[in-house]
Amino acid sequence: MPIQYYIYLSLALFSIGIIGVLTRRNAIIVFMCIELMLNAVNLLLVAFSKMHHGTALATDAATTAGIDGQLFVFFIMVVAAAEVSVGLAIIVMMYRNIHSVDINFLNRLKN
Amino acid sequence: MSKFVYLVPLFPLIGFLINGLGRKSLSKSMISVIGCGVMLASFVVSLLVFFDVKANGATTVELFSFIRSADFQIPFAFQVDQLSSLFLLIITGIGFLIHLYSAAYMHEEEEQHFGRYFAYLNLFVFSMLLLVLGANYVIMFIGWEGVGLCSYLLIGYWFKNDQYNYAAKKAFVMNRIGDLGFLLAVFWLLFKLGTVTYGDVFSRVSELSSFDITAITILLFVGAMGKSAQIPLYTWLPDAMAGPTPVSALIHAATMVTAGIYMIARSNILYTMAPVSQALVAIVGLATAIFAATIALKQNDIKKVLAYSTVSQLGYMFLGLGVGAYTGAVFHVMTHAFFKALLFLGAGSVIHAMHHEQDIRKMGGLKKHMPITHITFLLACLAIAGIPPFSGFFSKDEILMAAFSANPLYYYIGLVGALMTAFYMFRLYSLTFLGSFRGTHEQAHHLHESPSPMTIPLIVLAVLSVLGGFVGIPEVFASDAHSLENFLAPIFAESNKLAHAHHLTHSQEYIMMGVSTALIIGVIIFAVTKFKKAADVNDENTGVAKVLENKWYVDELYDNIIVKPLHLLSVFLKNILEKNIIDGVVNGVGKLVGYGSRQLRLLQSGQVGNYILVMVMVMVIFVLIWFNDITIMNFLKKLF
Repeated sequence: MPIQYYIYLSLALFSIGIIGVLTRRNAIIVFMCIELMLNAVNLLLVAFSKMHHGTALATDAATTAGIDGQLFVFFIMVVAAAEVSVGLAIIVMMYRNIHSVDINFLNRLKN
Repeated sequence: MSKFVYLVPLFPLIGFLINGLGRKSLSKSMISVIGCGVMLASFVVSLLVFFDVKANGATTVELFSFIRSADFQIPFAFQVDQLSSLFLLIITGIGFLIHLYSAAYMHEEEEQHFGRYFAYLNLFVFSMLLLVLGANYVIMFIGWEGVGLCSYLLIGYWFKNDQYNYAAKKAFVMNRIGDLGFLLAVFWLLFKLGTVTYGDVFSRVSELSSFDITAITILLFVGAMGKSAQIPLYTWLPDAMAGPTPVSALIHAATMVTAGIYMIARSNILYTMAPVSQALVAIVGLATAIFAATIALKQNDIKKVLAYSTVSQLGYMFLGLGVGAYTGAVFHVMTHAFFKALLFLGAGSVIHAMHHEQDIRKMGGLKKHMPITHITFLLACLAIAGIPPFSGFFSKDEILMAAFSANPLYYYIGLVGALMTAFYMFRLYSLTFLGSFRGTHEQAHHLHESPSPMTIPLIVLAVLSVLGGFVGIPEVFASDAHSLENFLAPIFAESNKLAHAHHLTHSQEYIMMGVSTALIIGVIIFAVTKFKKAADVNDENTGVAKVLENKWYVDELYDNIIVKPLHLLSVFLKNILEKNIIDGVVNGVGKLVGYGSRQLRLLQSGQVGNYILVMVMVMVIFVLIWFNDITIMNFLKKLF
């Protein structure tokens, strides 16, 4: 499959994420959009990694060039999982305190 | 002994520190003992140094390196030679007598002011000694500024009187004008020769172009004009009489005002190489001599007469310097220091007896109440008038003879000045000591001779005024009898080699001396008979006399052409430039920053969405900038 398809898909995912973050006020949806952006990046990393590795294999059968992109994706997933646990905990605390998950109420750091 | 010369200024410095720091805790007698003691010690060392120089010749004593930068350096060194050792004797000797006199004269002062007075006086002597001892122009300048400062402090000693403070400020500012000239001359020398040490400068003077020498000497002379009260910067000296009388005697008659003469005598070789500057010095000196003498004719304040007389005598000294009679000028500095200090101290004694009355129209007949003051004052008057064999005769005669050989016109004008000197001095003498007392009954009741600490300095100075001239007996009376000239010969040797001296014949000199002496005696008799009765002293002056009484309106002239325009300018600068423009710019910057930050604060809305929007926009901008990269462009073109 040509690399362009991956790029188009991840661009679309990333844009959806950004627009979601910018337009939605529900904290959980914003959170989901952030995850969407992360995964768009993950997808791109894996796609490029596969592409580079494929070209490198053509000249050298034992090469490992390009696979570090796929390794990196695992790190991002781990970080994202940690972030989700912390983020969800914050949202739960937020709901307990103000009985809402609207991010526009979180403006107390102003001034 | 010369290598211990640093003790000479060190003693007054110690006195200054002790009296200055301990002025609140030391008793008056303690303060006077310290103040006079350090001066006596300094005088003794000066005497030893003087005889050492007389026997072994000049040396330079280097204490430490003062300013050093690459190959340029200014050492802190003392020049111990004939000229400076002579000045050391004058300064410390007369300084000691005046300290002694002050102890009695100032006894009414409160303790802490008494201490302050002696501290200033000691600091003055220290600075003056630094001025004459320094082996380069920079050290001289330190002393030069130091004496100016002390003069300011002592003129304004009674600082509760606004008038006195004004006089102090006037003296300081006028001196600063001169000091600028001095400073420029020093910079010029540094720029051209890279050194300011006397020895180097004088030996390398031939490297300078005649324009440089002329400019440097004129600038130095501007400095001398300020310090030694010459036209046009003389008006501070008569006002300086606001200070205590012993201060007038020490600073404004005997020592500080002769600093300009010392400086030119020290730089004599430069002046000899610059005939234009020399002529300028002579003309300014002569003009000052005659101008100040005319003012002195009509003054009624005992100290003002003496002040104008000082300005006039300083003019004679500059005349001497200008016609190449360096020895004569230094000789006149010495004799003038004796008789003018004596006159001021005598005036102080009179003022003391009269309970701070200085107007001679209210005196008269003090002869029988104050015999010692009277006799010594009379001797000083004879000395300053130039009656042989008193000291003033020899020194003034030497200057006038040299003036005659330079230009007979100088001589005639100088002689007129000398006649006026005799007239105003004997007017002063007659009004003060002869006739009948014109003051109040209360004053008449309290008239008394001053205590011995005041009369002893008077007597010592009177002896010096009478005999002081015999160190400089002119050649016409006895060959090779001018011991001062022989002593100072090494200092002026180079100049005398270059100058074309044409001596007068002996008969000419005899005629001139005889005529001038006869004229002076005539003037004295006229003045004494005119003012003995003192009938017209209270009359309103008219015509020329009124102009003279008002000092030719020079103060008013300066006020109108310099002080008032400057004042207007500063008012303009303060109200228009300062308040509107400078303040406007400063406040404008403040307001702009305030406004800008208020606008910027709107960015911090607290809305997470806004922050993210800004972030995304900035990222898009970065990507757009990135687009310029050709490889990215190609990649994207391939992509879409």
